[in-house]
Order: sequence, then C-alpha cells, then structure tokens
Amino acid sequence: MGIYLLDIRSEKLSFFTQAGEVKALDDVTLRMREGEILGIVGESGSGKSVTAYSLMGLTAHPGKLIGGSIEFNGHRIDQMSEKEIRKVRGKEISIIFQDPMTSLNPVYTIGNQIREVIRLHTGKSRAEANAHAHELLTMVGINEPERRLKQYPHELSGGMRQRVMIAIALACEPKLLIADEPTTALDVTIQAQIIELMIDLKKKLDMAIILITHDLGVVASICETIAVMYAGKVVEYGTVDEIFYEPAHEYTRGLLNCIPKLDDKDRTRLVPIEGVPVDMLNPPIGCPFAPRCNSCMKICLTRVPPETVLSSTHYSFCWLQKKMEFEEGAAV
Amino acid sequence: MLKYVIKRVLMGVVALFLVATITFFLMNLVPGGPFEFEKAVNPAARAALEAKYGLDKPLLEQFKNYLSHALSGDFGPSIKQRGREVNDIILTKFAVSARLCGITVIVALVIGIPLGCIAAVRRGKWLDNLIRVFATLGIAIPGFVLCTVCLYFFCISLNLTWLLPLGLATPASYILPVFSLAFYPTSYIARMMRSTMLDTLGQDYVRTAKSKGVANSSVLFKHALRNAILPIVTYLGPMMAFMMTGNFVVEQVYVIPGLGKEFISSIMNRDYTMIMGTTIFLAAILITLNVLVDIAYKIIDPRITLN
Repeated sequence: MGIYLLDIRSEKLSFFTQAGEVKALDDVTLRMREGEILGIVGESGSGKSVTAYSLMGLTAHPGKLIGGSIEFNGHRIDQMSEKEIRKVRGKEISIIFQDPMTSLNPVYTIGNQIREVIRLHTGKSRAEANAHAHELLTMVGINEPERRLKQYPHELSGGMRQRVMIAIALACEPKLLIADEPTTALDVTIQAQIIELMIDLKKKLDMAIILITHDLGVVASICETIAVMYAGKVVEYGTVDEIFYEPAHEYTRGLLNCIPKLDDKDRTRLVPIEGVPVDMLNPPIGCPFAPRCNSCMKICLTRVPPETVLSSTHYSFCWLQKKMEFEEGAAV
Repeated sequence: MLKYVIKRVLMGVVALFLVATITFFLMNLVPGGPFEFEKAVNPAARAALEAKYGLDKPLLEQFKNYLSHALSGDFGPSIKQRGREVNDIILTKFAVSARLCGITVIVALVIGIPLGCIAAVRRGKWLDNLIRVFATLGIAIPGFVLCTVCLYFFCISLNLTWLLPLGLATPASYILPVFSLAFYPTSYIARMMRSTMLDTLGQDYVRTAKSKGVANSSVLFKHALRNAILPIVTYLGPMMAFMMTGNFVVEQVYVIPGLGKEFISSIMNRDYTMIMGTTIFLAAILITLNVLVDIAYKIIDPRITLN
C-alpha cells in the first residue's frame, strides 16, 4: 500500500457515442492522502463528475475506461469485478449528489433508504439498522428523527433531503466521501449550513473528501488541495495557497478573475473568460485552452503542453510555464 | 381514502344512470325491434308480445319502469331467450369471461413486464431487438387473424385436438384463447415497460442506489420497477375493459360462451333487456376497475393524493 489513499494515474475515459468518441478524461493524474480535502473545480463538461463516478465504477453507458489506473486504499478499482466494487460503494467510498430533490427514491421512506445501505454492508438486523439510522439523522442535524424515518422524500425540504443524502453516504463511515456539487441546487443559507455540516462531520469521522464544485469561495474555505480541470484534463494542481496566490495556468487565472472581491475599492470589472468551452468531439490538437487563452503562443495550438513541476505539491500543464522555466534557466 | 372511495362510488352511480339513459334511448332510436322478423308477424300476436314486455307504453314510461326494476337489482327477463332472466344469463356468461380475462391479464403482466425490463437493461443488444420485433408483431397482428391461424395450425394442421378450446372444459382448452387474447396486451405492456424503464433507469435515484452498493437486480426490481410501473397500472383498467367487451372475436372463433359474444348478439337481436343489462353491468365493472386502479396508484406512489 502506498502513502496515498487515492492514486489515479493517467486515467483515460471515453464515451463512445454515435457521433464519435468523446474523450471525457484524457490523462488525468491525481493523488490524495487520507483525511485530505481535495477540491475539483472547472466548468461544466470538464470531467469533474466523470472522474468522481469512475472512482466508484459508476461510469454511465456508453462510457468506458480505456487506460490508466485507479488505486484506492491499495486496491485497483479499475480491475475489480462488479461484485467486488459493490462492496466498495457506499462502504469505502460514498457520494453525495448535486440534486437532493431527485436523488432519493420517491416511493420509499427515508428510513427504508438509510437502512438499506446499513444492512447491505453490515450484518445488522432491521431493528439495529433502524437504531443506527436514527443516530445518523440526529448526527446530520435532523429533528424528530423518529418521525422522519417514516416519511417519504417529498415530505422533506431540499436542505433536509441533502442531510438525508449525507446520512446515507456516511452510514458506513467511508474512507472517502465524494461531494458532487452538494450545494448547487440549494439556496444560499442552506448551502452554508450544508458546508458547515460537512466540515463538522469530517472532523468527527476523519474521512477524505473530494469536493466537486463551481464555487471557488467554498473551495478556498474548506479545501487543502485543488485540482483545476479543463476539457478532461487536470490543467493545474496545488495547495489552496498555491492555486489562489500563484496560479500557474492561464485558465486558473481566468477563473480567479471571475470572482468578485469584497474589498475592491477601484470598482474594477470582473473579467469573464471569452469564448466557448471545447467541443469534446473535436478537441484542439494542442492545449485545449489555447483558443480562449489571452497569452496563446504558436506552440500552444500545435502541441499539448507538458507538465511543469513548480513545487512538490504544485504542477501545471501550460507552455507559458515552460517558457518561463526556460528563460530563468537561460538567465542563470 | 374512505372518503375518496365513497365519492367515487357516488360518481359511479351518476355515471351508470347516464349510461343507462343514453343506451335506452339510443337503442330505441335504432330501427327495428325484438319482434321484427324476416317474415311478417301477425299484428295481433305482435301487439300481445309487445304488451307482455311493456313495449306498447310511451318511451318515458318504459324507461321509468325499467329503472325502478333495475334499481331493485332485477334486469328483467330476456326478450329473445325465452324463459331466462337477464341476471342469470349475465352471471353465468360473466363467470366464463372473468376466468378467461383474469388468466389473460396475469399472463400478460407476468410475461410483458419482465420482457420490457430485459429489453430496457439490454437496450441495443440482440435480445432487445428480438423482444421489440415480437412486441411490434403482437401489436400489429389483428386478433381474428391470430385466432384463425392458431386454430388452423394447431388443431387442424398439427391435429392437436386436445388443444381445441370448445367450451373451455379442460385446462388445456384455455391455452389457445389465452394466447390469442394475451398476445396484444403482452406486447403492449412489454413496449411500454421498456420505454418507462429506460426513462427510470436514467433517474438520479437509480444512480444513488447504485452508489450505495445495491446489486443490479435489486436496483432494477426494488428501485426502478416500482417507479416505472405506474403507466402499466393505468393501462390495466382499459385493458380489462377491452377484454370483457372486445373479446367477441376470440369467443366467436373458439366457441366460448362468454359475455362478449352475448353483448354483441343481444344488440344484433334487439334484445332490449339484454342490451341494457350487459351495458350497465359492463359499465359498472369498468367504473369499479378504475377506482381500484386509482387506489393501486396511491399504494404504489405515496406522492399521489386521492381527492
């Protein structure tokens, strides 16, 4: 077993659609230590969720893992049989989805849905599982757990449903919790409550968290490391400080320019990233971000940028970094 | 729930009254009558017959008389089947039809639902294509073609006389009628199941179930099926109604003494009391089935409120 809880190496995953092959993940490499909180940011379609689902073997049809390796807790997820991976799902790795309104089965009670995951992975009886479900609901801050267990999802508010989803995800105390935009579908005050709850539970249960989000503010406040994804690639990876203070990819810089600053006295305008996201059916030959990049060079259009290692925790894939590296080297 | 059922029963009574009224006057509007024969009838005898059944009175009075009898549960004597009460005829014929329809419905559900599920899970594969071809055939082939071909092929070409369904006397005699009757609804259910199942399998809660480590069969039958089955339940009501009334062809070809045949022949014969009796009876069954379907809805999907 390595020192990493999760070790993804050059994962390649494609969707084979009728229109052609869509390379949803192209050479994704990511690592996580136990108990770490990793944020994955990037725009829609950049491969954030696909990465997360592939960790649980939940890649939707017609997607297929075509290369690379995924090692979790010393075991190769990508080589597991369906039966083996089912023992990982919900027990070792759990997931909270974006939309709590549709993520719970409308025809079964909350209690039924929590007990199901407990009974699948532990030998508990129905009564024991019910007691555990009761505890879980209390833990995620739901009042009157006894009554809630008997209620159906449609009788609960969105925030409560997301708390139920968290209870289901944490029922077997997983080593890794994936939160796929857990607050996007909720209103702002509930968002803050859910994030607070997640930090709280993380301290209690000490699991690693992958937080997939568009919200850089949330990332800055709770994550330790950040992976920035664009067009199926991790274009930059680093600690929160490295990403926010020394961004080393033009796309990361662009994202940061989109955040309004509270203490800004000059009333500077927010700078949007011009252009449209990559057409994944016909990705550019060179750097995928090149067509939208303000500092695009000739080489960016023809060749994929190599990795530039900036520190032991920070790397990016940008020709500009290579150029700077070369110039610094020449100056010495 | 109880309040709802009571409300629906009251509405059903109103509906039955409307059915009775419309049928009664339409029936009398249609040219001909129970005593119109090819040969001319002695006018005196005819007048006596009409007087016996009260057909000589004004239409409104006839209707009033009929309703008052019907309300006490007496649908009167059959005009054409001498010496038999409409109640008796309907009950004996209904027993035959109900058994045949019941078996057919069960067969259609037991075969159609799994076929649809399999097609959905194996979408695009050869098994899916095979099921879809058969389902399309089942919908396209008319009942009378299926019946006659079956009868000709099995009972005449292959000479399997034990399959002959005459009178539905033995268990084997049910095979051909049930097959002919069930082919269409089975195909329809399989097709509908496939499309709603495909839709349901793409839902977020199915993904949630998978992410919990639930086995595929359990995802399909516990999480998806209960959500996907509502349209099938909706279809059950009209389907049973169709079988009760529309299995005329099957009953005719296989010589089965069922209610469907009785219904059609009573209209042909202008057997006024039989027409009224069967129409009201079938309408009452339809209304009951629809209430049952609504209650089944509520049981399957807790989000549905009955009011």
